[in-house]
Amino acid sequence: MGNRTIVPFGPQHPVLPEPIHLDLVLEDETVIEAIPSIGFVHRGLEKLVEKKDFQQYVYVAERICGICSFMHGMGYCMAVENVMDLKLPDRAEFLRTIWAELSRIHSHLLWLGLLADAVGFESLFMHCWRLREEILDLFDMTTGGRVIFSVCKVGGVRKDIDAEKLKKIVEVLSNMDSSLRSITKIFLSDTSIISRMSGVGVLSPEEAFDLGAVGPMARASGIVVDDRLLGYGAYPHVKFEVQTATEGDCYARTKVRINEIFESISIIKQCVSLMPSDTAIDVPVKGNPDGEYFARLEQPRGEVVYYVKGNGTKFLDRMRVRTPTFANLPPLLHTLKGVDLADVPVLVLTIDPCISCTER
Amino acid sequence: MNMIKKSPWILHYDGSSCNGCDIEVLACLTPLYDVERFGIINTGNPKHADILLITVSVNEQNIPVVKQLYDQMPNPKAVVAVGICAATGGIFKECYNVMGGIDKVIPVDVYVPGCAARPESIIEGVVKALGVLESKRKANEE
Amino acid sequence: MQNFKIIGKDDLLSVATQMKYDHYRLAQISCTKKDKLDLVYSFVKDYDLENIRIELEFDEEIESISGIYSYAFLYENEIKELFGVKIMRISLDFNGTFYKIKKTESKNGEVAQNG
Repeated sequence: MGNRTIVPFGPQHPVLPEPIHLDLVLEDETVIEAIPSIGFVHRGLEKLVEKKDFQQYVYVAERICGICSFMHGMGYCMAVENVMDLKLPDRAEFLRTIWAELSRIHSHLLWLGLLADAVGFESLFMHCWRLREEILDLFDMTTGGRVIFSVCKVGGVRKDIDAEKLKKIVEVLSNMDSSLRSITKIFLSDTSIISRMSGVGVLSPEEAFDLGAVGPMARASGIVVDDRLLGYGAYPHVKFEVQTATEGDCYARTKVRINEIFESISIIKQCVSLMPSDTAIDVPVKGNPDGEYFARLEQPRGEVVYYVKGNGTKFLDRMRVRTPTFANLPPLLHTLKGVDLADVPVLVLTIDPCISCTER
Repeated sequence: MNMIKKSPWILHYDGSSCNGCDIEVLACLTPLYDVERFGIINTGNPKHADILLITVSVNEQNIPVVKQLYDQMPNPKAVVAVGICAATGGIFKECYNVMGGIDKVIPVDVYVPGCAARPESIIEGVVKALGVLESKRKANEE
Repeated sequence: MQNFKIIGKDDLLSVATQMKYDHYRLAQISCTKKDKLDLVYSFVKDYDLENIRIELEFDEEIESISGIYSYAFLYENEIKELFGVKIMRISLDFNGTFYKIKKTESKNGEVAQNG
């Protein structure tokens, strides 16, 4: 038995944009246990539901996290709409789907950049973020915001995207294709990246189920689960494949996310061509929510669960959100066992951690 | 940009923000905004840093972390509070676990508005902080 | 509308074991604090969602299901700290220091807790 040491990892760490703390118990260079300590980003915004009414709360929901901001707003709205039995116009569903898929592309590109940085490929990091800026420009053009849009509201969306802008979206995405392919090719074929990721942090399908993995983490272990198949938004109208891999290691997780970027581009293009021509983008909201509902949707990081319980007044009794990173923490802690200390940053990154989501 | 006498190094810490401002801080470093052309570098080590970019509404657990990072930075130093949460607590002001404003914990030199703060305004905030650094340096010399 | 199956707190372990046996994944545990504590356990299998509801008095104890679903310890620690639910025998018990929230009295006299 080698020397046992405990190495603190975080909360302020160069590889982490957000604070999380892990106590890594090492035997020589190998991690034998990881003990999480969270709460650095806990604000307690679920309780804000008592102070903001259910329409105002959309703004708070969007600020659970700045990366999947749109989908948080959308998930909350879906839950409330289901409680209130609102049927959205088709156009609103299509617009939401376009913004949601653009968010997925931007989130995955952001993540790819951070991963490139973690394996020491600085210029690759810059290229990923350069491409991501093109997506952010589309957000800027369609919503006026780069990160937080506030276009979702209970009963629909606030802004329409006209035909000219839809054309522009397709144009930008088509132009991105070749540079996207050349960048992602590096991740999938460069020997030094592969040697950092292949075989690191393997999660078998059984473990993925036993530990409750969701999203790309589960799909990279061969579990076919994608909440978009539940049929919310415009997803029933478009064709897409659930991207999976079988290896369950860091490389597989990267491959799944890269393939999802291309899948998202295809979904957006289909949405644009199928866009309903009616002009209504919202329905009037009458009364207050009374009842409870669990809404589930697929965020870039995996399944998010929104629970809303109304009591007939404009203030909800309870709003709860279970975010994908929260579900992916146990698989992370499990896969950390047995890896080298030097691989910890890469492995932590491949679950695509979003701490502000997790702790709310 | 004649006012820049040296290359300022930046330390970024997120203590309970929503991430929006944090990715914008990172976006400042990437090709479109590229603050590195001004010699501004993001460092992970507080002892190298001149400017603390902080995007927080500060929750209970972060207070000692923020204080420690601030104390570890060498003098002269400047603090830039990025985003409305760092200024007043913003939308999270009424949450039970946030202090509401970073200036309740450490002294702040520049406030950058916005939710999320745009890269342009973050860069402007950093440039303002350079002026603060310069005057602090002069004051130290006297 | 979604179904919520109400069970007694003593049935929790057997129901959870059955769910695990049927290959359900624990999607979340949530708590609502009104005049009673209202715990909802959600289980997911593919695209099917099952909700189990348990109502508790404030001082009632409840067993942890972390022995059955190992990852339940995160949810249970969260609920234990934020709502003060007395969950017994959690596999990794942070004893109320999970989020380390501010433990001060607010203006209207109630302890700063969620729900």
